Amino acid sequence: MPHLVELKDIYKIYHMGDSDVHALDGISLTIDKGEFVAIVGSSGSGKSTCMNIIGCLDVPTSGTYKLNGKDITNYTDNELAEVRNKMLGFIFQQYNLIPKLTVIENVQLPLLYGGVSDREQRQRAMAALRRVGLESKAKNLPAQLSGGQQQRVSIARALAGDPSVILADEPTGALDSKTGREVMRFLQQLNREGNTIILITHDNSIAARASRIVRVTDGKIVYDGPVEGDKNVALQAAAGRDEEG
Amino acid sequence: MGLTKSFMMALSSIINNKVRSLLTMLGIIIGIASVIILVSLMNGLTSEITSIFDDFGTTSLTTTITPRSTKELKPEELYDFVEQNPGLYANVSPSVSVSGEVKTPDSGDDTITSSATGVSEGYYDIKRVEMSFGRFISYADCENKSKVAVIGSYEATYFFGLSSKAVDETIRINGTPYTVIGVMEEKEDSTEGSSDDAIYIPYTTALQATGTNIISTYVVDAAADEVVDEAKEALENFLLGVIGDSDYYNVSSMKAIIDEMLEMLDTMELMLVAIAGISLLVGGIGIMNIMLVSVSERTREIGIRKSLGAKHKHIMTQFVMESGTVSCIGGVIGIVLGSSMAYVAGKLLGMEVAPSTGAIVVAFCVSVGIGIIFGFLPARKAAKLNPIDALRSD
Ligand SMILES: Nc1ncnc2c1ncn2[C@@H]1O[C@H](COP(=O)(O)OP(=O)(O)O)[C@@H](O)[C@H]1O
Ligand SMILES: [Mg+2]
Repeated sequence: MPHLVELKDIYKIYHMGDSDVHALDGISLTIDKGEFVAIVGSSGSGKSTCMNIIGCLDVPTSGTYKLNGKDITNYTDNELAEVRNKMLGFIFQQYNLIPKLTVIENVQLPLLYGGVSDREQRQRAMAALRRVGLESKAKNLPAQLSGGQQQRVSIARALAGDPSVILADEPTGALDSKTGREVMRFLQQLNREGNTIILITHDNSIAARASRIVRVTDGKIVYDGPVEGDKNVALQAAAGRDEEG
Repeated sequence: MGLTKSFMMALSSIINNKVRSLLTMLGIIIGIASVIILVSLMNGLTSEITSIFDDFGTTSLTTTITPRSTKELKPEELYDFVEQNPGLYANVSPSVSVSGEVKTPDSGDDTITSSATGVSEGYYDIKRVEMSFGRFISYADCENKSKVAVIGSYEATYFFGLSSKAVDETIRINGTPYTVIGVMEEKEDSTEGSSDDAIYIPYTTALQATGTNIISTYVVDAAADEVVDEAKEALENFLLGVIGDSDYYNVSSMKAIIDEMLEMLDTMELMLVAIAGISLLVGGIGIMNIMLVSVSERTREIGIRKSLGAKHKHIMTQFVMESGTVSCIGGVIGIVLGSSMAYVAGKLLGMEVAPSTGAIVVAFCVSVGIGIIFGFLPARKAAKLNPIDALRSD
């Protein structure tokens, strides 16, 4: 069985005038099906860049990226679009819903671009909305929903296409801590149901919900292992258990 | 993703931006409306002119001969030639003009200056004369050099008050009395100089009145519209044979004159439409401009769509569909507006004015085409956006 995600020696270098910024400085990482990985690190450490490459939204300066065993490093734009559509589901910090489309239309988008029939689009989008508990808001516009609800819509949209990997970049960043915890509980539940989740956060207490921590500093992986092995996250994990227990 | 779906998407985007869409359409509306108005008016003018000439008979060939002592054309020769070619010619009549003063025995000093035309009975068919009272000149009138006249409704009402009262009355042309045997149908408004101001007398009588025996003008009627050109050529050949020098005769066909006129109108129409077409071009550039603005405003939306798997063609379709739809709606509004304005203009001008189906179809296709062509560049710009850059913008 190939790894679901396999990054090897990934560099992402931005040229800023005279100096080069190594946003990713030689990252190698493998993630398997069913994992719940949190990529953590302080702001500017390169987490988003890493996620964008895993999410096929961006291409590395060098290195190879295999998704489900296929080397996609040299894919064309349209082929990458196809990969995003079929294999990846995104949850963004800013929800990224299209404001003039209704909730259900937003959720249908990946299916629309996947060539699914109108009927099936509606059925599957409705099912996804039911999973996040928002089927009653299907005909609303995103602006009529609270932040937490909008983030759940974006989760429904990520789920609708039945992706192999769900990528969440700071999904709780724009939410208050209570709503944030709800979203995290939901992601945990999705993981228990078998979904592979890659979570990006600078918040150790959020990262504590994951089962594996990848800590990035200055574009390099400085820790990769279970939650207990990362001092900061382990501390938060213990605190979190006290709070909830 | 089906075309209907993208069309609905385009439509809702247009509805979401009503004012902007309308302003974008304005160029197309004005351009299409002016093209439709121009084409309609030119169509109206053309059919007006054609119908006027139709009244005179589009098949007639006017033959003018310059008198010359050596060789002359005897009337019988031309009559025989016409009779021998029934496939080409239907009729022939001399046309001898007598100008002078016309009055009645009782009208005293009240005279009109007009001209009587000496013709034969064939003239009746050639010029499609219609009588309201009495009869036209007959073969016998010409044989007998009868002093009879057929007058137009202008003369009839001028001298006798009513057309119905003129028959059997007497008019004097340059002093010679003529008995009125018929009054022609009113064609225009019975005024001086109009086509109702006409007097016909037997050509033999006219020759006598002018004191010559040389007929310099004949009107020959071709058998049908399709043979006019052939008939003209054959007549010219015949005349060359008889007279021997092409400088001494001339055959002009009504059809050639009309054709020339219609050709001129066509050129004029083309020019006017080309000028109106410039506003369509401007409209197209307006659409392109707004679409470019729209693409940069919606960069983030494009990024979101791309992150969800929209391909190049999906984004292209979305934007081209939008500009095509805007332009198409503008075109339809322009067609409706132009047609109704042309209709009103036709009513004011007293002309039958209507846009042809062809013009409407072409106008519609042109407006859709403009939207697609001028939407192409902005759409490609949108489709080529890098997803990550597009997502970052706000
Ligand atoms: N488009 C870009 N151009 C130049 N530098 C960039 C660009 N994107 C990211 N960077 C730089 O790369 C580094 C990592 O950025 P990012 O991955 O966004 O960090 P994080 O998400 O961990 O906060 C930062 O120093 C950032 O300034
Ligand atoms: Mg980030």
